Amino acid sequence: MLLSVQSLTKTFPGTRALDGVDFELAAGEVHALLGENGAGKSTLIKCLTGAYRRDAGEIRLEGARISPRSTSEAQELGIGTVYQEVNLLPNLTVAQNLAFGREPRRFGLVDGRAMRAMARETLMGYGLDIDVGRDLGCYSVAIQQIIAIARAVALSGKVLILDEPTASLDAREVEMLFDVVRGLRDRGLGIVFVSHFLDQVFALSDRVTVLRNGQKVVTEATRDLDRVRLIEHMLGRVLEDEVVAQAAGHGAGAPIRPELLRAEGLGRRGMIEPFDLRVGVGEVIGLAGLLGSGRTESAELLFGVRAAQTGTARDADGEIDLSSPRTAIAAGFGFAPEDRKTDGIVGDLSVRENIALALQARRGWTRPMSRAEQVRLAKDYIARLDIRTSDAEKPVGQLSGGNQQKVILARWLAMNPRFLILDEPTRGIDVGAHAEILHLIRELTSGGMSILIVSSELDELIAVSDRVIVVRDRRHVAELTGAEISTETIVRAIAEEDAA
Amino acid sequence: MISRALPLYVTIAIFLVAYAICYAQFPAMLSTRVIGNLLTDNAYLGIVAVGMTIVILSGGIDLSVGSVIAFSGVFIAVLLRDTGLHPIVVFALLLAVTTTFGALMGGFIHLLGMPPFIVTLAGMFLARGAAYMLTIDSVPIRHAFYDAIQSSYYLMPGKGRLTLIGVLMLLSVAAGMLLAHRTRFGASVFALGGGEATARLMGVEVGRTTVLIYAFSGFMAGLSGIVFSIYTGSGYPLATVGTELTAIAAVVIGGTLLTGGSGYVFGTLVGVLTMGLVQTYIVFDGSLSSWWTKIVIGILLLVFIVLQKLLLRLTQARLAPLGAAA
Repeated sequence: MLLSVQSLTKTFPGTRALDGVDFELAAGEVHALLGENGAGKSTLIKCLTGAYRRDAGEIRLEGARISPRSTSEAQELGIGTVYQEVNLLPNLTVAQNLAFGREPRRFGLVDGRAMRAMARETLMGYGLDIDVGRDLGCYSVAIQQIIAIARAVALSGKVLILDEPTASLDAREVEMLFDVVRGLRDRGLGIVFVSHFLDQVFALSDRVTVLRNGQKVVTEATRDLDRVRLIEHMLGRVLEDEVVAQAAGHGAGAPIRPELLRAEGLGRRGMIEPFDLRVGVGEVIGLAGLLGSGRTESAELLFGVRAAQTGTARDADGEIDLSSPRTAIAAGFGFAPEDRKTDGIVGDLSVRENIALALQARRGWTRPMSRAEQVRLAKDYIARLDIRTSDAEKPVGQLSGGNQQKVILARWLAMNPRFLILDEPTRGIDVGAHAEILHLIRELTSGGMSILIVSSELDELIAVSDRVIVVRDRRHVAELTGAEISTETIVRAIAEEDAA
Repeated sequence: MISRALPLYVTIAIFLVAYAICYAQFPAMLSTRVIGNLLTDNAYLGIVAVGMTIVILSGGIDLSVGSVIAFSGVFIAVLLRDTGLHPIVVFALLLAVTTTFGALMGGFIHLLGMPPFIVTLAGMFLARGAAYMLTIDSVPIRHAFYDAIQSSYYLMPGKGRLTLIGVLMLLSVAAGMLLAHRTRFGASVFALGGGEATARLMGVEVGRTTVLIYAFSGFMAGLSGIVFSIYTGSGYPLATVGTELTAIAAVVIGGTLLTGGSGYVFGTLVGVLTMGLVQTYIVFDGSLSSWWTKIVIGILLLVFIVLQKLLLRLTQARLAPLGAAA
């Protein structure tokens, strides 16, 4: 084995990002690494490239134990990485980028001619005949990506990690890149290919490893896998007994609900095709789909994070203005975004301040909430949601992931919204907290609140949703109600078009 | 290549056109005398601007240099007055002091992750204060060695004087050009200016490079201080107030991107000479107030900032369709 990883574990405060993951890479293979957001792909890669230090487990390169402490050390050992965002310098020439740090020198000065000749020769090996004296920034992302690969291979030459290298390329450019990758594989490099484009995984890789929630789900030869199984692996399908029972309960009595909200033809170019959505009072709607399918985008349009270019939304009283979060909040909407660290909590502020934030924002600065009022609010929600914190004045950044999520929930609940949008509410939190949050969602809807939940976890969606909408390729493609909701039907709806 | 060098060509073109205009009005301006004086009068500015170019190319800024020049002058004058040290020894001491000073600022910038603006602003006050500590008066420098340097020049055809300090400035520019464009250190400087995170990923030793950059700027400021003391024959703690800003202006007029990562050391020389030319013109005219220098420099700066913004816009517009294809 060229590279072998054994029971790799990495923990962050509140999250176990990698939990005993095994991974093997042979020389001359392209090994795809798959998983939804938060599955642990990037953590695994960062442990391999030395950006993170692992907590436990071992990494062996050609049999020898390695512990790279920095990307340059990993590079010297033979592990090179190419990222989605080209990590070269657009303000230097192509030749300078390729030769950086090992420029040929004459009399102590960089020999520009030799450097350009070297660069030309290297790129010829990749079928690229370009003017290496021009700035890197003059060339397309695809060419920059190939230059980045050429540099990584020249520096490292054993293992090449491609982290979403095709995310900003068009089809023709992807093919060009794949030819290069295949060429390197035939030269005996081991290539780790991270992508969430399944077509590309099937087109390029020899083996596939799927991660979910920090654990390895499966490693299999690509040709033995079909698309439906792969998606099942990625989204998970093992239903706990309790969850199954509740899901069945949901399915049985799908009541007729009064309508809260009706959106018609909401859409925005490049984000999501126009879609219709009816939301009943007290209803839980799940949005299912793969990463990048348009689930988060749908939620963002509904909350005005991005203004819709087409369509309208109305409730019983007339049209609702969803052009910005401000107007959406005024209409009684709430939104807990996907990435709570960057979009949700304010880590340095206390639990109390975080909870009071949205409510205070709605009241405006002319009517500040008194300290006593804030304390009462915080106490109330800490008890109601069982937020585990030593006291209300602790900075939120010091709480565990699950409790941070509850603080965000509390913030929106304090506003008493009629429609709450939750994007990946259980991302990166442990199993216990997971169950609690699902329980909370059911409790809230029984009080008449409507909830839209976006999630990669199928079991979760199945457990809480009255209705599941499947999103694929930026379109709402299926709607499943009551008894129709099952892992199988959802996975099939996701896979359908892809397979065709 | 063309887009990157364009500001440099524009700078050179402006200089030549300006010179042509001056010549049309005052034919005497095209003489080796004027050129010799141009080099001599702007020697200290040219030298310090070379250091500033390296700093700005790396995406930083060094506000301390004006104060360091003043400190240098006072340091030399006081040491020559109060001790029996030979000027060469004093120069060596001074360069060690200013280089260390620059290196320390670089170290603070890197270790504390502080913006260079703040750290070098502190350095500016420190150096100015240190100059006042040494003396509050203008101290004349009287030394046979100084007389010798001041009166040593090469008489060019046409009676122009190519002075030692003028030559020193040209040598500094040449050294700066080699350093920036032909060494690995120079490549690291450009890399830092292009983006620190990426530079780190490409193997740049960010800390070491940052320290070296500011140490170099400190060294050049010290050298500039020596030249300034030779030029004026004295040390005065109130001298060269705002010179750091003039140097930054020269660098930008010379076509270097203020945000770093793109530019030429040679352009800085042209920038310095352009500013000198404006001053010379005003002297020749005789009726214009010397404040016109500032006004013209202001206009030139504005033109270059707009030009660079425009260039950036153009390059991005060219790349946009590719990005949108995703």
